[in-house]
Amino acid sequence: MSDVKTQTRHIADRLESPLKLAVFSWPSLLLVVAIALFILNSFMSPYFLSAWSLSDATFNFTEKAIIAFAMALLIISGEIDLSVAAIIALSSTIMGLCLQLGFGTSELVLVGLFVGVLCGAFNGSLVVGLGLPSIVVTIGTMSFFRGISFIILGDQAFNGYPAEFAFFGQGYVWWVISFEFVLFLIVAFAYFVLLHKTNFGRQIFVIGNNATAAQFSGVRVKRVKFILFCLVGLMSGIAAVLLTSRLGSTRPSIAQGWELEVITMVVLGGISILGGSGTIQGVFIAAFIMGLISFGLGLLNVPGIVMSIFIGALLIIVIALPIIAGKIKNRLKA
Amino acid sequence: MQNSVIKLSGISKSFPGVKALRNVELELYRGQVTALIGENGAGKSTLVKTMTGIYQPDEGEISVNGKVVVLGSAHDVFSHGITAIHQETVLFDEMSVAENIYLGHTPKTKFRTIDWKKLYSDAAIILNDIGASHIDAHTKLKEISIANKHLVSVARALSVEADIVIMDEPTAALSHKEIEDLFQLVDKLKNDGKAILFISHKFDEIYKIAERYTVFRDGQMVGRGMLSDTSQDEIVQMMVGRSVDQIFPKRNASIGAPVLHVENYNHPTEFADINFELNKGEILGFYGLVGAGRSELMQALFGITKPSSGTLTISGQEITLKGPADAVKAGIVYLPEERGKQGVILDLPIVENISLPSLHTTSKNGFLKMVNEFALARKYAERLDLRAASLSQHAGTLSGGNQQKVVIAKWLAVEPNILILDEPTKGIDIGSKAAVHSFMAELVAEGLSVIMVSSEIPEVMGMSDRIIVMRDGLIADIFQNNEDLTAETLIRSAAGIEEQVA
Amino acid sequence: MRSIHRYHEFWLTLIIALMVVGTTLRSPGFISGQKMIEIFNDSSMLIILALGQMAVILTRSIDLSMASNLALSGMIVALINAAYPEIPIPVLMLIATSCGLLMGVFNGSLVWWLGIPSIVVTLGTLTIYRGIIFVLAGGKWVNADAFTENFIQYTRVEFLGIPALSWYAIIIVLAFFIFMTRTSAGRSIYAIGINPSAALYTGINIGKTQFMTFCISGALSGFCGYLWVSRYVIGSVEVAKGYELIVVAACVIGGISIAGGVGTVIGTVLGALFLGFISNALPVIGVSPFWQMAISGGAIILAVIINASSQTQGKRIILKNREAQS
Repeated sequence: MSDVKTQTRHIADRLESPLKLAVFSWPSLLLVVAIALFILNSFMSPYFLSAWSLSDATFNFTEKAIIAFAMALLIISGEIDLSVAAIIALSSTIMGLCLQLGFGTSELVLVGLFVGVLCGAFNGSLVVGLGLPSIVVTIGTMSFFRGISFIILGDQAFNGYPAEFAFFGQGYVWWVISFEFVLFLIVAFAYFVLLHKTNFGRQIFVIGNNATAAQFSGVRVKRVKFILFCLVGLMSGIAAVLLTSRLGSTRPSIAQGWELEVITMVVLGGISILGGSGTIQGVFIAAFIMGLISFGLGLLNVPGIVMSIFIGALLIIVIALPIIAGKIKNRLKA
Repeated sequence: MQNSVIKLSGISKSFPGVKALRNVELELYRGQVTALIGENGAGKSTLVKTMTGIYQPDEGEISVNGKVVVLGSAHDVFSHGITAIHQETVLFDEMSVAENIYLGHTPKTKFRTIDWKKLYSDAAIILNDIGASHIDAHTKLKEISIANKHLVSVARALSVEADIVIMDEPTAALSHKEIEDLFQLVDKLKNDGKAILFISHKFDEIYKIAERYTVFRDGQMVGRGMLSDTSQDEIVQMMVGRSVDQIFPKRNASIGAPVLHVENYNHPTEFADINFELNKGEILGFYGLVGAGRSELMQALFGITKPSSGTLTISGQEITLKGPADAVKAGIVYLPEERGKQGVILDLPIVENISLPSLHTTSKNGFLKMVNEFALARKYAERLDLRAASLSQHAGTLSGGNQQKVVIAKWLAVEPNILILDEPTKGIDIGSKAAVHSFMAELVAEGLSVIMVSSEIPEVMGMSDRIIVMRDGLIADIFQNNEDLTAETLIRSAAGIEEQVA
Repeated sequence: MRSIHRYHEFWLTLIIALMVVGTTLRSPGFISGQKMIEIFNDSSMLIILALGQMAVILTRSIDLSMASNLALSGMIVALINAAYPEIPIPVLMLIATSCGLLMGVFNGSLVWWLGIPSIVVTLGTLTIYRGIIFVLAGGKWVNADAFTENFIQYTRVEFLGIPALSWYAIIIVLAFFIFMTRTSAGRSIYAIGINPSAALYTGINIGKTQFMTFCISGALSGFCGYLWVSRYVIGSVEVAKGYELIVVAACVIGGISIAGGVGTVIGTVLGALFLGFISNALPVIGVSPFWQMAISGGAIILAVIINASSQTQGKRIILKNREAQS
C-alpha cells in the first residue's frame, strides 16, 4: 500500500455540464407547464393577451409568492410554518390599531413588518428553543395569532387607511407594472441569491439533509432555523402590508386559508416537503402557474373553488409522476 | 456426531462498498450453546440479521432440521422456530411490559379481541420462569431499567415456541449479578433442548456458558470447534491474527509538548473522573468495549454534549465549548463513528461536504465562490486518493471507505491541531483502511495530534503511541505502547478480568 | 414531569372540571344536565373526526383532507336526499360513509404505494375534494327546505334524553376504544408509531397499516358528512372549511404526539370536549366568543410543551453506579 500517494489521480469538478442539468431539472419541467398554460389561456380567452389583464393576473399570486420564497427556505431546512396567514391577520390588525392612534404611512409599514418578525421569532423560539415539532406549534400559533385579531376586532373592521398607503397594494411603478409585481421580482431575486449563492443558503440545505451531520460539522443549526422563522414572519408582515393596502381594510378573517396555498406553491415548486432540496426558480415558476390557472379559469368564468381542483391535482400529479416513472423503470430493469 | 438443528452454509452478503459476509458457515446444536466470536465489523450482526429475516443472503442456504428454508419475513422466522434477543433492544417504549412480550402473537378471546387478562397473567408466568418476577407486567417499558428491558426481550424471545435462540450481546448492559441470573436461564434453556447462538466479547462469559465456538474475522469464518479443546489464547489469535494481511506504517514518533489537557471531566450518566493529556505529534489510542463511554467522551471534547464539571485546556488556554463550532475554532475536529448519520451528508455533492466547515474561507463576504470550493475539495480529495468520478457526485454514491475519506478531507481542510477519530476504519475495506492509516502517520509527522477511538486491537496496537482503556465510563488503564504490551492485556483490561497467574 | 404525562387524561379532566366549576361560579345554573348534554352533542362530530385523525397521527402521518371529505360526502347525500326523498336515511348514512371511505382509500394508496408524504397528498386532496363539491352542486347550496323530515330528525331524535347525534359519537368512541386497545390491528397502529423498525421485526406491514388508518379517517369523515348536513341543515361548499386543523388541535390537546405512537382514545375525546366546552362556556361567562380562537391556540401550544417535556427519551446510562440511582 506504499504506492497510495505516489500518483495523484485527477478528479473532475463535474461530469455533466450545468446547462444539461438545468435543462433536465424540475424548474424546466414547470416552465414547460407554465408555457403550455399560457398558450392554452390565450386560445381560450380573447381577453387574456392584454397587458392590463395580465397585470391584473399577477395580483393573484404576488403576495402569496412573497411568503412562499421564505417558506421554501424554512421547508428546505426541515421545518414548516402554518401560521403565516394568521401572522398576516395579526399584523394587519395591529396596523389598523396604530392607524387609530394616528400613525402615518411609513410608521404603519414598519409596525406591520415588526409584528411579522415578532410572530416569526415567537414560533422560532418555541420550535428551536424548546425543541417542539414545528407543525404542531404553528397550528397552535395559527389559532393564537388570528385569535388575537378576533379579540381586538370582533366582527368590526379597520378602514380609512391613508391614501398614500394604498400605493403598496394598488399602485403602479410604470405603465402596467404594479408595485407588488416589482417587489415580487426583487424578493424572488433576493431569495435566489440568499439560498443558492451564500454560505447561509448552503447551510440551509445541509441542515435539511442531515441536521445532525450539520451540527457535527460546526453549523449553528438552531441559529439558522431561528433566523428562517423570523424571515418567514417578516415576509408575512410584508404580505400583510400589501394585502391591507390592496383591500384598504382589515378584518380578522383576512387571508384565511392562505397557509395551505403558500405551502402548495412551495411543494409544486419542487421543494421537498421532507427538506433538503429545491430551488427558488421552481417556486418562482410555480407562482406563475398557480396565477395562470386561477386567472385563466377566471376568464372562463370558472369559479375559484373549481380552480382548486386543478391546483390540487397538479400538486399530486407532478409529485407522483416521477415516482411512477421510476417504478416502471425499475420493473423494466428487473 | 450429533446433527445440527440449524445449518448455514456458504452464506455471502454484500453491501455497496463492503463485503459483509463471505462464504460463512454456522451450525447450532440441540442443548448446546455456540459462541459467535469476532471483533466489531467481523460480520456478526449481519449474520444475525440474515437469520432473522431482515437481510436476504446473496448466496448460500439455510437449513433447519435438514430442510432448506427461506427466511423472508418475521413470520417465516417464527414459523421455523427461530427467535432472537437483539443487541439494540427492539422494543416499544410506550407499551406495557406484557404487550412487549406478546405483540404479534397476543392471546385472543373468543371474539378475536386481545385477551388482556390472559396477556398479563401469561406475561407474569414467563417473567417468573426467567427469574424476573420483580418486573411488573403492567409497567410501561420506558419506566424500567435497561437491564430489565433486556430481560423483557429475553421473555419476548421465549414467548414463542422456539428451538433456536439467538442472543446478540445479551450481557452488554448487565451488572454482574444480572449476568449470573441470565446464565442460569441459559442453562435452563439448554436443558430444555434449545440450540443457542451466543454473541459476546467477554471471554469469561463464553467459557462459562458455551460448549462450541465459531470465530469470524472480516466477514469470514476463521475457525470453529469445541471450547474444551481450545485455549483462550488460540481464540484471541483467530480473532485478531491479521499480522499477515495488515501492515501498519512505520513511523519515528517525535512527540512534543502537551497540546490538550483534560482535567476531572465528569458527566452525570456517561463518564466520570477523566484525566489525560495529548501531546503534539502523538497518536493516542482509546480502546474499550462497545458502550464503554469512549464516543460520549469524545463528543464532549467536541462540544456536542456538555460535561457537568471539569476543565479543558488547549495549548495552555482553558476554554469552554458551547458547541462544535467553538471546538472547530479552537482547532479540534471530530470524525464521528456514525459516518452515515453524523459524518457525510449523503445527498450532497462531495465538494459541498468537504467545504462545509471551511465556507468562511472559500467564500467572499458570505457569498459562495464555487471555484475556491472546488480547489479546496480537490486539494484534499487528491491528497487522500479519493476514488470518485467527479467532485459533484453525491457522497452517498461512494463506497464506505471513500465516504470516510470525504469526512477526513472535510476536517483536514480546516487545518486543525487536534484530530479526534472515532472508529475511523469501521466497516471499510482493507485498501481504504491502509490509506487512512498511512495518512494518520503522515499527519502526526506534520505535527498534528490525533486521538483514535478504536475497538480493533491490531489497529490500536499498530497505530498508537499510548493507549487509554476505558471501562464503564471510567479510564481503566493507560498503557505505553511498547513491546511489553500484549493484546491480551488490553482485552483483559477492557473486560475487567484479573490477570491469570501463569 | 413524568407523572403529569402518565396522567395526561387526568389533568385534562381536571382542567375541564375546573372550567365547569369556574363557569358555574360566574353563572349559577350553568351546570345542568341539559347543558352538559348540549356541550357533548355540540362536540360529537369533533370527537368522531378527532378519533379518525388520531389513528392517522399515531402512525406518524396526518390527514388534512378530513374536513373536505366531510363536506363532499355531506353534499352527496344532501343532493341524493333532495332528489330521491324516498331513500331511507340509513342507506344515506352508508352512502356517506362509503364515499368517505373511497376518498380515504385514495389518500392511503398514494401514501402507501407511491410513498408520497401524507401531508402533501392530503394537502392536494383537501383542495380537490372541496372543488368537486362545487362541480357536483353546480355552485348551489342545498337549503333547509330541500331535506326530508327524516333526514333532519336522524341526528335529533332523543333516546334516554340524549340526542341521536351524541349516541352516534358514544357508539363510535366505544367501538374505537375496543379497536385501539383490544385488536391486533389497533395495537399495530401504536407499534409502528412508537418504533417502526421494531414493528418490522414483529412482522407488521407499515405501509398497509398506514393505509388502513387513512381508510378509517376517510370513513369517519364521510359519516360525519351526513351528521353535519343533518345537524346544520345545509349543504354547501363552505361546510366545515378550515375544520381540518381544529381536528388536529383536538388531538394535540388530547395528548396525541405528532411524532406518533403516543395518545389514547380517552385523551382525544377529552381534547375535543375541551374545545367544545370553550365554545359553549365563553358566552355564558360573558366573555366575547371572539376569545375562543386565541384560547384554543394557547391551549394547543401549552399542550405541546407539556407533552414534549414529558417525553424526553432516556439515554443509555454508562456509569454503573448511576444506573442504580435512576
